[in-house]
Amino acid sequence: MSNTIRTRAMLNGDIAKIMALINHPMSLKIVNGKTIPLNFIEQVKAEINGKQVFLADWSAAISKNPFLAFKVKGAKAGDSVKLSWNDNKGKSGSTEFKIS
Amino acid sequence: MEQTRRVFLKRSLTASAIGAAVGAGLLNPRSAFADAWPEKAFMSTNYKEVMKMIDGADTAESGHVTIQAPDIAENGAVVPVTMSSDLDNVVSLTLYTPQNPFPLNSTYEFSHGALPYASFRIKLAKTMPITAVARTADGKLYSATKQVKVTIGGCGG
Repeated sequence: MSNTIRTRAMLNGDIAKIMALINHPMSLKIVNGKTIPLNFIEQVKAEINGKQVFLADWSAAISKNPFLAFKVKGAKAGDSVKLSWNDNKGKSGSTEFKIS
Repeated sequence: MEQTRRVFLKRSLTASAIGAAVGAGLLNPRSAFADAWPEKAFMSTNYKEVMKMIDGADTAESGHVTIQAPDIAENGAVVPVTMSSDLDNVVSLTLYTPQNPFPLNSTYEFSHGALPYASFRIKLAKTMPITAVARTADGKLYSATKQVKVTIGGCGG
């Protein structure tokens, strides 16, 4: 499932900016003026060297094929980053990479 | 596992004892159910109620939070938003879109060195103010609001 997430990390001193693009429809529909969420990512988690640093709780009002960026202080080259997501239909995806 | 947690969360939140504690501000719902997706808050259409569920209060002092978004968004389906704070004890940043069908857009929790910063793209149904709220470790709330003009609404697709 790693092909659902594309990542990039930029190290500036001891602050890493981690960016991700996730392939996901993030769909909703409008019926009689009422908005109904259909298929959307509920959570995105990030771990660095096995410790959770970041948790995003999302709704269907996050854009299709979501972009996400966050920053971690104290990061260094070689640190291992794991990103994972799960959606409201029970699907999930994850990827792991090292900060370089 | 996810399903079990959700069922637990639903039952717990409707339990009157916990509901009363939340209402009295004795309990922060987010820390009480750490890491579970806050379904009730996301499905609520009442902005003040949602803010109480997520942040524990329905008002926030302005300042210490920066929200970046375009003044005019041509396409409401893809509006870039960046939230950040200059405080060093922020545990979460939350984006509220009071005039979208659901006022809670997204919420972000930071730990183990993560800085209070999140950048992402959202859908806006129409022109509206959007508000970023930072919650500190001692439960204080700070906010910043920005008006975003939307020329084509983003909730049609």
